[in-house]
Amino acid sequence: MDFRLSEEALMLAETVERMMWETCSLANLRALVLSGEPYDRGRWGQIIALGLPGMLAPVEAGGSGLDELAGVLVAEACGRVALPEPLIEHAGVAIPLLAAAKPDADVLTAAVQGEAQLAIGHPANPFVANADTAEAILLPHGDEVHLVPSSAVELRRHESFDEFRRLFAVSWNPGAATRIADASLGRRLWAKALERGALLAAGQALGLAKGAIDLAVDYAKVREQFGRPIGTNQAVKHILADQQVHLSFARPVVLAAAADFAAGDNVSLARVSHAKLAACAAAESASRAAVQVLGAIGMTAEAGAHFYVKRALALSAAWGTKAFHREQVAERVFEAQIGPANTFPRGGAAA
Amino acid sequence: MKLEYTPAQQALRAEARAWLEAHAPTTALSSFDLTREGFEAHRQWERTLDSGRWGMVTWPAEYGGRGLCLIEWLIFEEEYYRADAPVRVNQNGIFLLGPTLMEFGTPEQKARFLPAMARGDEIWAQAWSEPQAGSDLAAVSSTVVQDGDDYVLNGQKIWSSRAVFADWAFGLFRAPGSARHQGLSLILFPLTAPGVKVRPIERMDGEKVFAEIFLDEVRVPAFNRLGEEGQGWEVCMSTAGFERGLMLRSPARYQQAAQRLVKLFKARGCDLGQGMRDAVVQHWMDADAYALSVYEMASRLDAGGKIGPESSTNKIFWSELDIGLQRTGLEILGPLAELAAHQDTGLGGWLDDYLFSLAGPIYAGSNEIQRNIISERVLGLPRR
Repeated sequence: MDFRLSEEALMLAETVERMMWETCSLANLRALVLSGEPYDRGRWGQIIALGLPGMLAPVEAGGSGLDELAGVLVAEACGRVALPEPLIEHAGVAIPLLAAAKPDADVLTAAVQGEAQLAIGHPANPFVANADTAEAILLPHGDEVHLVPSSAVELRRHESFDEFRRLFAVSWNPGAATRIADASLGRRLWAKALERGALLAAGQALGLAKGAIDLAVDYAKVREQFGRPIGTNQAVKHILADQQVHLSFARPVVLAAAADFAAGDNVSLARVSHAKLAACAAAESASRAAVQVLGAIGMTAEAGAHFYVKRALALSAAWGTKAFHREQVAERVFEAQIGPANTFPRGGAAA
Repeated sequence: MKLEYTPAQQALRAEARAWLEAHAPTTALSSFDLTREGFEAHRQWERTLDSGRWGMVTWPAEYGGRGLCLIEWLIFEEEYYRADAPVRVNQNGIFLLGPTLMEFGTPEQKARFLPAMARGDEIWAQAWSEPQAGSDLAAVSSTVVQDGDDYVLNGQKIWSSRAVFADWAFGLFRAPGSARHQGLSLILFPLTAPGVKVRPIERMDGEKVFAEIFLDEVRVPAFNRLGEEGQGWEVCMSTAGFERGLMLRSPARYQQAAQRLVKLFKARGCDLGQGMRDAVVQHWMDADAYALSVYEMASRLDAGGKIGPESSTNKIFWSELDIGLQRTGLEILGPLAELAAHQDTGLGGWLDDYLFSLAGPIYAGSNEIQRNIISERVLGLPRR
């Protein structure tokens, strides 16, 4: 039993975090909004240079074959800067689904290399995020999985409050040519994709919480009222300390859920749901706290707090609602073995 | 990350489970804070634990332990709470002073104090707070003066849990005239020493859980100083790290309480509403999150890491978790919750546990102080 992250995992996280800091400041985000571009091609190039689009893809498909724990750490780094590019849905959810359904798909290689973006229309989400920049979209027809080229879909934009999540309703015609998984395989694949989407949303939410806390702390250190920094006031300190508490008790849950993801049983499903609930709650709370600590400037488009507020709200409801995930935890709580000796029931504890 | 127990750890769990099943009292012992009899019954249980070498499993064998790591201590604690074994009357000794002795004690001090602690021969109380030094612990004014080979202690301590019936106390004293964090020393003294007077304080439920300690020219050998002269603050902060962050409140305690809550919810039926059901699930998740966080911390400490100011986040989390969980228990009971638990209602000790939980955000450093520590020492906000 060892809860520490490996040296390799820590190095990966550090590398991705550094790249994000260098390329995705608040000024970068504002510039991107003003440019009207869907994403920053320069930054996407850096993401490709680090091999991140193929991080979870099997080695046979040209990917790195990393596990969900690595995925969560990358997601955390993305959340910390409120990354606009759809790296996580592309690399974390769409590619593993495509690799499992049709490992020889032509677009898989391009997707793993980051040359083509994939979007995913999961039944749990009413719209397809970032479908306009995707080369192909994974779509459900009943429980079947279809891989549909962008040339064969019609997109209708639905404005999201998060300027970096471009949402679309997709019209398309299902056919034998686009089907890559039948209903029985598809059912399993959609379920797995939902779990992966929820886990990686939790990872991003950890980063959002941390980013929002950092933003507020930096401001509270320098903003002066009554002749001293507002961060010297306990009323301000305690708001931020509480955010740190929320984050501290969400992160181990997300890490444990990631480490245990492959098991796929009730215990691991419940932990993914717990991770999503706890991390999204921490992100929502921390981003609201950031607005409060920044004061009026926190409400502006110019200050960065709104990027965290919006993404936290969006991720809270995406990849399974709170009610869905709470019910998934409830099933474990009311139906399975619980109690002090069941923290890791599969790790040799047993009832 | 490897979330699997080793075969040796699984064997330890099986051994602890079997031993506890064979030895743990089947009926609850009477309170150790109400009568001498209850206290001594708990001391007897400490002796039984020691006979199985379960007194404090992390200590080296020569001091009565098993030389286990903190992950293994967690496993033992899980089994301990699973067995519903009695609350440890010596918790201030084994969980607070013990780790501090391991870090700062001389070999002679460890040999003198640890085995007697593991055997339950010496039950410990903490003597830090004073009437004018609560949250501001560095304001303690009780004094220590060296006189030949002895120290002479004077002053007054308060809110000392277990001190009513305990044998020894570990106290924070200052050299006369010294300032704040300087000049403090940690001194161990017998509560039976001439010049020590203990006055019980009744808690709101009538139990004598804490006491005032008056010290008038109390003489102890210089051997009883833990750490260097003037190092008392540093020694105390090490103890506080264990108290807030790890040992005093092991996660198994709340996992067991959450399990009781789930049972109560199931037993009271389905007309309690979705809100109550959500609350029960939330408390279970919080207890689980606390356990995972402590596993993470234990893994880090086992690998040579140290407890830092992040232990303050733990203290806030477990104290608030406890109150919320007990309160939901009372909600489920509805109007029956008002009945005092000792009236044999068969409803368990929800009211007692709720009232006790209200102390959680106060002892071991108030949660307001913990929030100051987090904001200044974890987040880096300016002190003033």
